[in-house]
Amino acid sequence: MTGTWLGMPPFPVAAREALGNEQLRTNLRKATGTIRGKRAAVVDERADWEALRVAGKEIKDRTLHNLDTYLEQLERKVTESGGVVHWARDAAEANRIVIDLVRAAEADEVVKVKSMATQEIELNEALAEAGIAAYETDLAELIVQLGHDRPSHILVPAIHRNRSEIRDIFLREMPGVTAALTDDPAELAAAARAHLRRKFLTAKVAVSGANFAVADSGTLVVVESEGNGRMCLTLPEVLISVVGIEKLVPTWQDLEVMLQLLPRSSTGERMNPYTSTWTGVTPGDGPQEFHLILLDNGRTGALADDIGRQALRCIRCSACLNVCPVYERTGGHAYGSVYPGPIGAILTPQLRGVTADEVSPTLPFASTLCGACYEVCPVLIDIPQALVHLRAKAVDAKRGKPSAERTAMRVAQWVFGSSRRLRLAQRLVSIGGRVLGRRGRIGRLPGPFKGWSGARDTATPPRQTFRTWWESR
Amino acid sequence: MRVALFITCFNDTLFPATGQAVVRVLERLGHEVVFPPDQTCCGQMHFNTGYQRECVPLVRSFVDTFADADVVVAPSASCVGMVRDFHSRVAEVSGDRGLAAAVAGTVPRVHEFTEFLVDIAGVTDVGAYFPHRVTYHPTCHGLRLLKLGDRPRALLRAVEGIELVDLPGATECCGFGGTFAVKNSDVSVAMGTDKVARVLSTGAEVLTAADNSCLMHVGGLLSRSKSKVRVMHLAEILAGERA
Ligand code: SF4
Repeated sequence: MTGTWLGMPPFPVAAREALGNEQLRTNLRKATGTIRGKRAAVVDERADWEALRVAGKEIKDRTLHNLDTYLEQLERKVTESGGVVHWARDAAEANRIVIDLVRAAEADEVVKVKSMATQEIELNEALAEAGIAAYETDLAELIVQLGHDRPSHILVPAIHRNRSEIRDIFLREMPGVTAALTDDPAELAAAARAHLRRKFLTAKVAVSGANFAVADSGTLVVVESEGNGRMCLTLPEVLISVVGIEKLVPTWQDLEVMLQLLPRSSTGERMNPYTSTWTGVTPGDGPQEFHLILLDNGRTGALADDIGRQALRCIRCSACLNVCPVYERTGGHAYGSVYPGPIGAILTPQLRGVTADEVSPTLPFASTLCGACYEVCPVLIDIPQALVHLRAKAVDAKRGKPSAERTAMRVAQWVFGSSRRLRLAQRLVSIGGRVLGRRGRIGRLPGPFKGWSGARDTATPPRQTFRTWWESR
Repeated sequence: MRVALFITCFNDTLFPATGQAVVRVLERLGHEVVFPPDQTCCGQMHFNTGYQRECVPLVRSFVDTFADADVVVAPSASCVGMVRDFHSRVAEVSGDRGLAAAVAGTVPRVHEFTEFLVDIAGVTDVGAYFPHRVTYHPTCHGLRLLKLGDRPRALLRAVEGIELVDLPGATECCGFGGTFAVKNSDVSVAMGTDKVARVLSTGAEVLTAADNSCLMHVGGLLSRSKSKVRVMHLAEILAGERA
């Protein structure tokens, strides 16, 4: 990963800023609360939900274990159906391939289907640098783009914005919009539709990602709610799809499971309104040129990690974001990556490397390990387990460098190493606590205790520990 | 039954009343209680903060301490969760096969307090008396790691004189999270503050849970806000008797 997201402060700092924004917190609480309720209702309808989750997990695991085979199969099938397959090791390579293809088509603008992969490689920025304008066609993505903003959520990139903020953005940035525009959702959607239609009808090239790629037929799949994606997938002459190598499923039959898990987990719907599939090119119908760019960008690194690997099962449903109490209070920007929330906290440090920048090593710690994410994940990614594993990686990467935390942990280990030493430490805690305490409570403390005691009192430690009480019995 | 107590370093040092209450309840039910004196810590703080290698000797000492116990009972859902879900991982990290075998032998004998009462001892009415308005917070590790389910509430419902009231948004994390409370104290406090508001909305006199750590966090916020609501470990309520 490259570019604009680097230079972000570590999670705790970014989170503090976000917490200061009341409007943001209200918007987030409302949106995640609503979607959480919808998801729970449609999941409850399915008596076989747990079995579906297990099936989803197994399909993805099977794919990941034989990824080389399935990727080659996909390449063969796409080529046989008239498509061209490109392999991209990293973001720079993927962006260069897209730019070359757009130039070859003699185009200077592209329409885009909402896609996490192209966000991850910061394609829009790379295109802009190459003099090519990219137009996001997903409504929420459009709001983010027009607002010169960053997405805050996988599925609802503008989740942090409310209606009146959106109206302001449209007024300021959308050609042809007048002050008569209200913040009525239908009016806002109509304004966006008029704006987008002009783009759909003129663009020669479209860029998409894919929710799934079916190996045995070479088919790509996009699911969406608005139909704008389908316009991009059918109207332009050239279609370029940038797809992470983990997006595969072996067969169409596997899609049956995924297409039940995904909409329920993401939008809380039984079925998403639009499911588009395309296989190579069909003469006289739809794009006449199709390019598939298979993107690694850190994924093979994650694949090599026995615990971290499970993050590659992710189908980007965003259920884990919507239930995460940390995400609910900070929003997505604090995570310094296009992948926020619990999945971002385990995916980003793996794709970038846990020591790549200031943000990555702080992400695995951006969780209380409450486990709400694991409870909802449709493909059973044990996010708390992966978080703890990546914490160990972050700690191990800094071994040999002294830090107050490491010293404290060493001392604690030494104390816990024998009950005699523990007893001694307990006596110190008890005396220290009584020195610092007032009326049975310890208030604000300086130094390393500031983070804890800034807002919380602590009861003064008792004179007698359990073990001394037990012995005196 | 002969029950070995694991009182956890945290309860031993800061909340001895919890351990004392556990002893009272178990003895009232006719069990023989022992406290292996060599015990220290399950290693959760080290493990969850990423110090897995430092955790190895702690796990070794835990399995040594409880090698001979038939049943081990601990009044902490999160420490039992650590033992049950992660001691095997620590053994794996250590590369010591003997340790892995010892862990596999110990883990099935370790039970959280309410699990022991309901599943092993087979009681929900422990003969307690506690005439107060109480609300129960199911801590995340009790709820999701151990899947304690209705056990704690069933035990509380059977207490004479108690008025048990539902906590709105009960399943949402209080924001403690071990070292999270320090590393990400702003988010932690924001979560805890919301929890406090919900506790206050119940009009309860007492907030209870199966983990003193979460209670310390929420209780610390309650205390700073000058609230009169008390926090008490569930064992203390179950130990309540008519004066
Ligand atoms: S980790 Fe699971 S819950 Fe989160 S976005 Fe991915 S599939 Fe959905």
